[in-house]
Amino acid sequence: MPFNILVLACLAYVIFLFLVAFLVERRAAQGEAGWLRSPLVYTLSLSIYCSAWTFYGAVGYAARSGLEFLTIYLGPSLVFVGWWWVLRKLVRIGRQQHVTSIADLISSRYGKSNLLGVIVTVIAVVAATPYIALQLQSVTLSFGVFATAASEGLTPPDKDSTAIWVAAGLALFTILFGTRKLDANEQHTGIVTAIAVEAVVKLVAFLAVGVFVVWGLAGGPGDIVARINASPIADWQLQPGRWVGLMALSAAAVICLPRMFQVLVVENADERHLATASWAFPLYLMGMSLFVVPIAVVGLALLPAGSNPDLFVLTLPLSQGRGGLAMLAFLGGFSSATSMVIVAAIALATMVSNHVVMPLWLHLRPAHAVSGDVRRIVLRARRLSIAGVLALGYAYFAVSGGSAALAAIGLISFVGVAQILPPMLGGLFWRGSTRVGATLGLCLGFAVWAYTLFLPSFGPDAVIPAQVLAEGPLGIGWLRPQALFGVTGMDPLLHAMFWSLVLNTAAFTFGSILTFPSPMERMQGAAFVNVFEADQTGPRGWAQGRAEPEALLVMAQRILGDEAAQSLFEGAARGQGKVGYLPDATPKFVEDLERRLAGSVGAATSHAMISQLVGRARVSVEDLMAVANETAQIKEYSTRLEAQQDELTRTARALREANEKLTQLSVQKDAFLSQISHELRTPMTSIRAFSEILMEADLPPEMVVNYARIIHDEAIRLTRLLDDLLDLSVLENGSVQLNLGLASLPEMIDKALRTAGNTRPERVFAVQRDSAAEAIFLHTDADRLTQVFINLISNARKYCGAERPELRIAVRQKGGRVTVDFIDNGAGIAKEAQALVFEKFARLTDETRAGGAGLGLAICREVMANLGGTITYLPGQGGAAFRVTVPLRLEKAA
Amino acid sequence: MRPSRTPLFLARRSYRVRRLRDFARLLPVLGTFLVLLPVLWAPAATSAPDTAPDGIYLFVVWAGLVVAAAAALMARGLGSEANKTETGAGAAAEGED
Repeated sequence: MPFNILVLACLAYVIFLFLVAFLVERRAAQGEAGWLRSPLVYTLSLSIYCSAWTFYGAVGYAARSGLEFLTIYLGPSLVFVGWWWVLRKLVRIGRQQHVTSIADLISSRYGKSNLLGVIVTVIAVVAATPYIALQLQSVTLSFGVFATAASEGLTPPDKDSTAIWVAAGLALFTILFGTRKLDANEQHTGIVTAIAVEAVVKLVAFLAVGVFVVWGLAGGPGDIVARINASPIADWQLQPGRWVGLMALSAAAVICLPRMFQVLVVENADERHLATASWAFPLYLMGMSLFVVPIAVVGLALLPAGSNPDLFVLTLPLSQGRGGLAMLAFLGGFSSATSMVIVAAIALATMVSNHVVMPLWLHLRPAHAVSGDVRRIVLRARRLSIAGVLALGYAYFAVSGGSAALAAIGLISFVGVAQILPPMLGGLFWRGSTRVGATLGLCLGFAVWAYTLFLPSFGPDAVIPAQVLAEGPLGIGWLRPQALFGVTGMDPLLHAMFWSLVLNTAAFTFGSILTFPSPMERMQGAAFVNVFEADQTGPRGWAQGRAEPEALLVMAQRILGDEAAQSLFEGAARGQGKVGYLPDATPKFVEDLERRLAGSVGAATSHAMISQLVGRARVSVEDLMAVANETAQIKEYSTRLEAQQDELTRTARALREANEKLTQLSVQKDAFLSQISHELRTPMTSIRAFSEILMEADLPPEMVVNYARIIHDEAIRLTRLLDDLLDLSVLENGSVQLNLGLASLPEMIDKALRTAGNTRPERVFAVQRDSAAEAIFLHTDADRLTQVFINLISNARKYCGAERPELRIAVRQKGGRVTVDFIDNGAGIAKEAQALVFEKFARLTDETRAGGAGLGLAICREVMANLGGTITYLPGQGGAAFRVTVPLRLEKAA
Repeated sequence: MRPSRTPLFLARRSYRVRRLRDFARLLPVLGTFLVLLPVLWAPAATSAPDTAPDGIYLFVVWAGLVVAAAAALMARGLGSEANKTETGAGAAAEGED
């Protein structure tokens, strides 16, 4: 097998994955995810549990210690078969709280404590680094197998440069698809689908090698059984301690590994998928393990002594001259390594950016929480973190030399992440667990793991001196890293797992029992432990009405993006029976908003950002009583009352608004009458005065012409006023004749800009447009729509008070409707006045009497209503902003 | 299955659903017991090699668990249950009974 074909196949495969991820992302963006979010894809994505460690390492493991490798897959199988106990609760909580990572889960459970988030992040990164190194090593080794077999084609690069190319390529892929957008629920459809494809490839490859070995090299299952009994593997003795311990360890790891948590909880699109995965995932694991022992046995028999059993999957077909099969096996191993690294990098980068970078940044520049562009910062932090995680993995690979057996490294990682299990299970099932307990347990467990297993794994004298390993620090025998408290004769791995988890659990339990949780912890504890209880209208953490909705909108826009934030606020306002984009900042709304933001930046950060606007979270005595009140017999009755009260509150709010509007309208009507008499009288007065002068005889002719012109001008002004009024009343009656036709949006805007240029022509306006987005044809009344545009642009020219006036025209098409935003950089419109600008004769200031009678926006509103669209004021854009929405096709009947 | 008999306490269907849920809860316990069983055989290991039979036994248990878990779902007991809790309506009554 020439090496260059191998490289070519590899590249082609990666490009294929790129295409899959890209197409899926595009379809998902069009809202047609459909089968891409099926239980099948979910189950297949879970298979990142089977990394290269499984694909190559399992055979090596079997060749070294017989059936013991099965424990690594039996443990997770039992966890999934028993999904009703833990996984179901985990997934429900993950979805309800918009959890972004396992660190976020722990931090959120223990009162949104960021310290815990940091600790879990550190544990996860330290434990995952060797694991990522392991994947790089396996890819490098498998390249090496082909390189030694190759005699023609490209010269294969050396080990280090292969690893660095692989690491860089993976970083690029992950950054491209993992951080393209900051999603509200942190799901990556494209990547998940690409990983599902990789899962199929690796299963097919492994089964193909297995079938080839059993039916091609051996004479079927009967022969295999005979060969197993004759091989060195038959001498294997089951060690009860390791058998039980490793099963428990792998069961813990399948929940606690950051990458597993990512696909299991964060990427879960529907809870029902978990039910399917409960049997389908064990089936997948079984398929991956079925042929491990046959491959190991046949490999040991056929290949020369001393060949690396970790690579039997590749070397066995190669030695039999089956280049194609070996290539398939190579792609399978490549798939398992890449998929694991991609997901692990995303999961770790999310944790690092949400729990380390963002809090630091908020701490250093608190003012930017509200005004800066948070999305860019978060995405950049994630990209850097992905590169950082892969660089760490590569560094570990380069330093350790990649020599140890694959299985050993994987198990060390497993013990590391298993430290998260006690606080996690405690948090899910025990309301009494506290932040202090969890912190103590995690720190102690992590320290014991590092001291007894991780650091000694580098070898004697690498980090821990050989003398300490043999005699203990300062000669204290009972502190020897591999024989803690005098426990000798235990397998080092089991020893480390036993002591770290025992001490971790003990510290967690006693720490929790002895300390008292803060109100926030108790609320979150109740929300987590009782997640299946129907009524989740628990106590609220935010005090009423401290936050300015507009400020909240501005912040939400920075994190969620303009469109998502605006539609969220609009929906909430509608739910409260209001129109526009600004709902009341009720505690419920603020809490919902916090959860949405938590889906992007994590619970602790989101909580911190909201509290900068709302003030400190206040938990009242009543709230605490609600937490404590376990018997809540009257709950149902009060729920009904509450529903009624909600209804009443909504109605009252609507009524209050209507009333306010009516009062203002009545004031306005009076103003309207006096205004209109005034507007009519001024020209009338001058007409009368000048016509009286004209009636006198013997005036010089030039004076006659002059006076006649004045009379004429004033009459035109009168006519225009009356025309506007007439126009308005026609529009209001809906009896207007529309002249429908196909019209080009950019042309209309061009025309409007030209015409509006006559208003205050001395001002220079910078106009920002996006011609790509504007290229839309509308079926509408072009003249009327242009009239609206002219009005908005002239208003901006008249009233924008900025030194360097700017007008941004943003066009967006969404579901058959086109929105055109006109945003200037002036002072904007005060909140009280926003509801009034569309009323007749509404003038914000008396001094700006730059012509017109205050009918412009009122006419605009009526025109838009006739065109089947709307015109609204868009708050929170840093200036006055109007949004015009028109249907793409206006039908005659409308 | 005597069709004429009227159920005394619970509708037959919801009774079945509850027992199915019990079964789903017990399945991992049963599975753990079965996969730990080889630990008890090991000391009795004689000179006869037992790796192959052990392996076959473990894979049979594994397949059995997969089939049992799938069957419990197919019986429309748990899958639809997960549905119902999602709406939150009947969830309070179920709780952790």
